[in-house]
Amino acid sequence: MKVGIPQGLFYYYYYPLWKTFFQDLGAEVVTSPSTNRQIIEKGIESAVDEACFPIKVYYGHVRELCHEAVDYIFVPRLVSVEPRSFICPKFMGLPDMIKAGLSDLPPLIDITIDISRTERFLKRDIVRVGQLFTSQKSLIQQSYQHGVDELRKCRKLCQSGYTMAEAIRIWEGEEIILPSAFDLSIGVLGHGYSLYDQTISMNLIERLRQMGCRVQVAEILDQTAVEIKAAEIPKRVFWTLGRKLVGSALLMEKQTDVDGIIYLACFGCGPDSMIGEIIERKLKTKPFMMMTIDEHTGEAGMVTRLEAFCDMLMRRRVVKGEDYISAHG
Amino acid sequence: MKITFPHMGNMHIAIKALMDGLKLEVVPPPPISKRTYELGIKNSPEFACMPLKINLGNFIEALEKGADTIVMAGGWGPCRFGYYAQVERDILEGLGYDFKMIVLEAPDSRIYDLVHQLKSLGENVSFWEAVKAIKYGWSKLNALELVERHFDHCLPRAWDKDQVEKIYDNASIAIEQAGSKEEAQAAGMEAIQAMSSLEFKLGQPLKIGLVGEIYTLLEPAANYDICRLLGRMEVEVCRSTYLTEWLNDNLLGGLVKKSIRKGLVKYAKPYLNYEVGGHGLETIGHTVHFARLKYDGVIQIGPLTCMPEIVAQSILPSISQKEGVPCMTLWFDELSGTAGLSTRLEAFVDMVQRQKFKAAKCLKEA
Repeated sequence: MKVGIPQGLFYYYYYPLWKTFFQDLGAEVVTSPSTNRQIIEKGIESAVDEACFPIKVYYGHVRELCHEAVDYIFVPRLVSVEPRSFICPKFMGLPDMIKAGLSDLPPLIDITIDISRTERFLKRDIVRVGQLFTSQKSLIQQSYQHGVDELRKCRKLCQSGYTMAEAIRIWEGEEIILPSAFDLSIGVLGHGYSLYDQTISMNLIERLRQMGCRVQVAEILDQTAVEIKAAEIPKRVFWTLGRKLVGSALLMEKQTDVDGIIYLACFGCGPDSMIGEIIERKLKTKPFMMMTIDEHTGEAGMVTRLEAFCDMLMRRRVVKGEDYISAHG
Repeated sequence: MKITFPHMGNMHIAIKALMDGLKLEVVPPPPISKRTYELGIKNSPEFACMPLKINLGNFIEALEKGADTIVMAGGWGPCRFGYYAQVERDILEGLGYDFKMIVLEAPDSRIYDLVHQLKSLGENVSFWEAVKAIKYGWSKLNALELVERHFDHCLPRAWDKDQVEKIYDNASIAIEQAGSKEEAQAAGMEAIQAMSSLEFKLGQPLKIGLVGEIYTLLEPAANYDICRLLGRMEVEVCRSTYLTEWLNDNLLGGLVKKSIRKGLVKYAKPYLNYEVGGHGLETIGHTVHFARLKYDGVIQIGPLTCMPEIVAQSILPSISQKEGVPCMTLWFDELSGTAGLSTRLEAFVDMVQRQKFKAAKCLKEA
C-alpha cells in the first residue's frame, strides 16, 4: 500500500508523525516533490482565484501525487490541534475543497483532527484510519505513539536554530550545518507552511543567512514563555498559529539579541491580516517589517526590502551608542 | 453614557428601539456613505475584510457625533470577525478617542464577564422592562422584514419600480419612528397594501437565490444594493438569510423561531461535511436547497478574502454541476464599482434566461 503525503501546509508541522505512523503500519510513504514552478502553475489552475497562495500550492501538490499511482492521499481536516483554538476555516474545509476541485483523485484519507473539546474522537478516527492497513488495534495505537515521539524528537532540533523544514531533512538523515558567524540577528515570523517552503517564501530565510543574519524562528523560543507572553493580549487569540506568533513577537521584543523582526504574511490570509496589525501596534521598541506575498511577488522587490531592512538595522546599531533612534523612523 | 453600534442592514432600527426601552441614550452612526468608507479604509489594516473597514468608519463618525460607548458583537473563531472588536479598539485608541467598548460574546472562561457586560447595559431598568424592550425591538424588525419580503416579490413584477422603492423607503422610516408595536405593524401593513395595489406585469420572473456572508447579504451599502439591481432587471431575489433568522440562531439561541440550521447541515452533505466557521456551511446548504427548489440560479456574495466563503466558493462548481443550477460568485471590497457589477449581473441573468428558454423549448419539442 502506498500513501501519498502532499508536501504543503501542515507537512511542515506534522510530517514526522504521519510518516512514522503510516510506515509502522506497513505502508509505503511517498511525498510530492518540494514546491516548484510546475506545482505552483498546476495549483493556480485548479484552485479558486481568491484562495491564499499556500492553499493553491497544496492543490498542485495533490495533483502531483495523482501521477504517482498511490493508493491513498493523506489530506487531513485540521480543525483544531489544541483545546479551544482553531487553525483556519480553509483547513476545516480542505478535503471537501480538494474533492470538489480535482477530478480523478485516488481515495483521500480525510481524518478529522479536532481536539478543541475532547480527544476522544481523534483517537477513534486514528483507529479508523489505521484499520485501512491492519486489523490489530494495539499496533495502530503503538504506531501513533511512535509517531508522536518522533515528532517530538524532530521538534527538538528546532531549538538549535533549524527551521522546521530543515529539522525534517535532518530527521530523515541529511546533514545541515548552519553558518556560525553573523552580524545581525533577526526574528522571522510567519505561518510555517509559507515561511519554511523555500519556493513560497522565495527563500527568505536562506537569503537572510547569506546577508549575514542569524535567523530566529518561532520554534526556537521556549514555548511556555511564548504562551505567557501571548496571554498578555486582552483577548485570547483563537488561532493556534496566530497566538504563537503574537507571543513570539512579544517575547523577541524583550530579547536583547534580536535586532529586528520580519513578519511574512500571505495575501488574503485572514489571521495574518489581524495578527499583523496587533503585532505592529504592540511592538514599540524593535524595528518591524511586514511582507505580504502571493504568486505575483517578484524576487527583486523582496531582496531590495530585505537589504534595506538589514542596512537600517546595521546603521541603527552603530548609532545606538550615541543617540536614540526611534524604531518607527 | 451615549451608546453607538455598527450598522448592519436594518439592525439600527431594532437596536434603537431596544436601547430606548433600556432607557439608554443612543447615537446611531450616520448612514454609510463614501466618507464612512474613506475613514474606515484610511485607518484599518490593508488586508482586513471590508466589514471591519465599514465598522470602523461607523464608529469614527459616531464618536465624532458625541457617542462614548461602543457596543460590538464578538466570537471565538475561526472566522476573523471574532477579533474585530479588539483590533477596532486598538485602532480607535491609537487615534486618540476616549470611549468604552462593550463586547457581547460568550465568555472564554468565566461566565461572570458576560453577566458583567450585560449588566452595564441594563442598569437603568428591571428585568421585565428589559424583556419588554427586547420584544419591542424584535417586533419592529419583524414588521420591517415582512415589508422587505414583499418588496422582493413586487419589485421585479411591478411596472413602476420607482414607486415600489419609494413605498419601501417610506415604510422603513415610518417603522423606525413608530412608538409602539402596534404602530410599527400598522405602518408595515399599510406599505404591503400599497405595494399590492400597484400594477404588475404578467408572467413569472426569473428566480435567483442570494447566498453568502451575512454582512454583505444584509447591508445594502456593502453589496451596492444588489437586490434592487437584480429586481430592476426583473429577477425575483430570494435572500437566504434575513436578519431575524440570523439573530434568532446566533444571539437568541433559537428561542423565538424554529431554527433551519439543522436542515441546512443535511443539505450541505456530501459537498461540505464540516462546520467551517462564518457562513460557509450555510452558503453550501442554501445553494443546494435553492437548487432542489428549482431556482433558476444562485449568486454567492461576500467580502474579498472572506475565508469561509472561499471554502464555499471552491465547492460551488461541483454543486452547480451535480444539482444543475448556474452559480456565480461576486466579491465585494472598497474598490468595487456599480457599473462593473451591473454588467456581470446582466450577463448572468441573460445566461440564466437563455438556459431556461432552451429547457422550455426542449420540453415542448419532446
